[in-house]
Amino acid sequence: MRRLAGRVLFALLLAVIALYTVFPFYWAIVSSLKSGSALFTMEMFPAQPAWDNYAAVFRERPFGRNIANSVLVAGSVVAVSLFLGVTAAFALGRVAFRGRGMLLAAILAVSMFPQVAVLSGLFELIRWLGLYNNLLSLVFSYLIFTLPFTVWVLTTFMREMPRELEEAAMMDGATPWIVLRRVFLPLMGPAMATTGLLAFIAAWNEFLFALTFTLTDEMRTVPVAIALISGASSFELPWGRIMAASVIVTVPLILLVMVFQRRIVAGLMAGAVKG
Amino acid sequence: MVAPAAPGLSGLERERRRAAWLFLLPMVVAVVLVAGWPLGRTIMFSMTDARLDDTAAPAFVGLANYNLLIRDPDWWNAVRNTVVFALVSVTIETLLGLIIALALNERMRGRGLLRAAMLIPWAIPTVVSAQMWGWMLHDQVGVVNEALLALGLIARPLAFTADPDLALWAVVAVDVWKTTPFMALLILAALQLLPDEIYEAAEIDGLGPVGRFFRLTLPLIRPALMVAVIFRALDALRVFDLMYVLTGNSAATASMSVYARQHLVDFQDVGFGSAAATGLFLVIAVATVLLLTLGRVRLGATENGR
Repeated sequence: MRRLAGRVLFALLLAVIALYTVFPFYWAIVSSLKSGSALFTMEMFPAQPAWDNYAAVFRERPFGRNIANSVLVAGSVVAVSLFLGVTAAFALGRVAFRGRGMLLAAILAVSMFPQVAVLSGLFELIRWLGLYNNLLSLVFSYLIFTLPFTVWVLTTFMREMPRELEEAAMMDGATPWIVLRRVFLPLMGPAMATTGLLAFIAAWNEFLFALTFTLTDEMRTVPVAIALISGASSFELPWGRIMAASVIVTVPLILLVMVFQRRIVAGLMAGAVKG
Repeated sequence: MVAPAAPGLSGLERERRRAAWLFLLPMVVAVVLVAGWPLGRTIMFSMTDARLDDTAAPAFVGLANYNLLIRDPDWWNAVRNTVVFALVSVTIETLLGLIIALALNERMRGRGLLRAAMLIPWAIPTVVSAQMWGWMLHDQVGVVNEALLALGLIARPLAFTADPDLALWAVVAVDVWKTTPFMALLILAALQLLPDEIYEAAEIDGLGPVGRFFRLTLPLIRPALMVAVIFRALDALRVFDLMYVLTGNSAATASMSVYARQHLVDFQDVGFGSAAATGLFLVIAVATVLLLTLGRVRLGATENGR
């Protein structure tokens, strides 16, 4: 009898956990499918789903453009971070040189930087480079949080590769560059996919730099566009539209995360716990 | 890591080291450009009267900005908000994360599905989760008010995000929702590394489930737990998006990041804003050192351990 009660309580606990994590997103989906005064009802399953919020998001604002901006920025940030990260990880993980520990510690310290602390210095640099209100300013500034993470995780993976691999190639007269490209790059595939994915999500979600370094609606990335959707007054916020936009940008992310969930957890472990 | 070079390898080894620096150079240049230089400039700006709308060369004013900063009650309010937010949210996230991780560590059907569901809040952009919760916590038509009214827990709807007494707790609640799953997954990963044998031994010794948790599980996962807590705490101290979107520039919830950006961008006061930003940087630097010492975490452990 006590066992049964325990099992029922445990099942209840799991149900509460599941409801707590999933309900807010479910409610956003439901709300995005209600239009007009239906939005203010507590209907849990919209009997007649209305899609006009979704159409309106693209009709009333440059939301398609905002999505393209986010894809472009996040994609470029991932490409640049992986290139810089894997070359650096090769040096940090495979070659013993003085100051290596110091360098790794300095890189870790950068990942603790509050973004606000570099805001005015970066703003000056970006204006000087003529990149204000240009997506390149975001590709550049996002390196501050993607790069330390990428270097750190790729270095831990690089270190675990067997030494014999490169010795054989070196004996054959291969240069370090060839060793990296021909020997390590193929083996680093899974690690690079994981770190790339995490960097992509971080860049996709970034808000502070995107809000500060872009000015016009056409240059906004998705988070800024969603944050700045507004109505005539706070009472007239177009909540249906906001929820539709939120669902549009979140569904691909959730699918990505579901497909790669094992890798993501492993990557987070390598980044946070091994650190 | 690299054994003393065999006689034939020394030439190669020297070439390797030269190459290593070449490989490192692009990354180091990028980090200096994007982090080192801007931080240095921010600190320099903090000692000038630079303004965003004025391109004339700024004048050096010494520590005047800092002097103003420590006299500004709004700054101390922002410091208090940030510290309360970080302390409360990280504590709740750790406790809830532990409970969820222990529950998910039991063998059962549907565990994979539940674990996947846990990643949803983590993957959702902070801005989106702030908007979602802003809608759920709406003072007139929000589903949370509706549910609390229906359960008879409140007599009239609460203005969660507008009421100064409630707004900071609303922000904490959203942060807890968004980051507890992350905590739970990290703790779960640590739990799954524990060998079953120690629990079998504990069973023979007659330890109950509570004793097992405090005497065995907790000490064993402590290192992983501490690192997760430290990362979360440092992240919480620089919080910006959540407050900015959920409650705007409201003084009731303004964090140090919100305060600094407001002065820097909205009031165009680069000198004073930079002083506030530098203040935040110092607070985080001190917190990092404190947490690392108190948590007895050796960051060099992996570096030397291999």
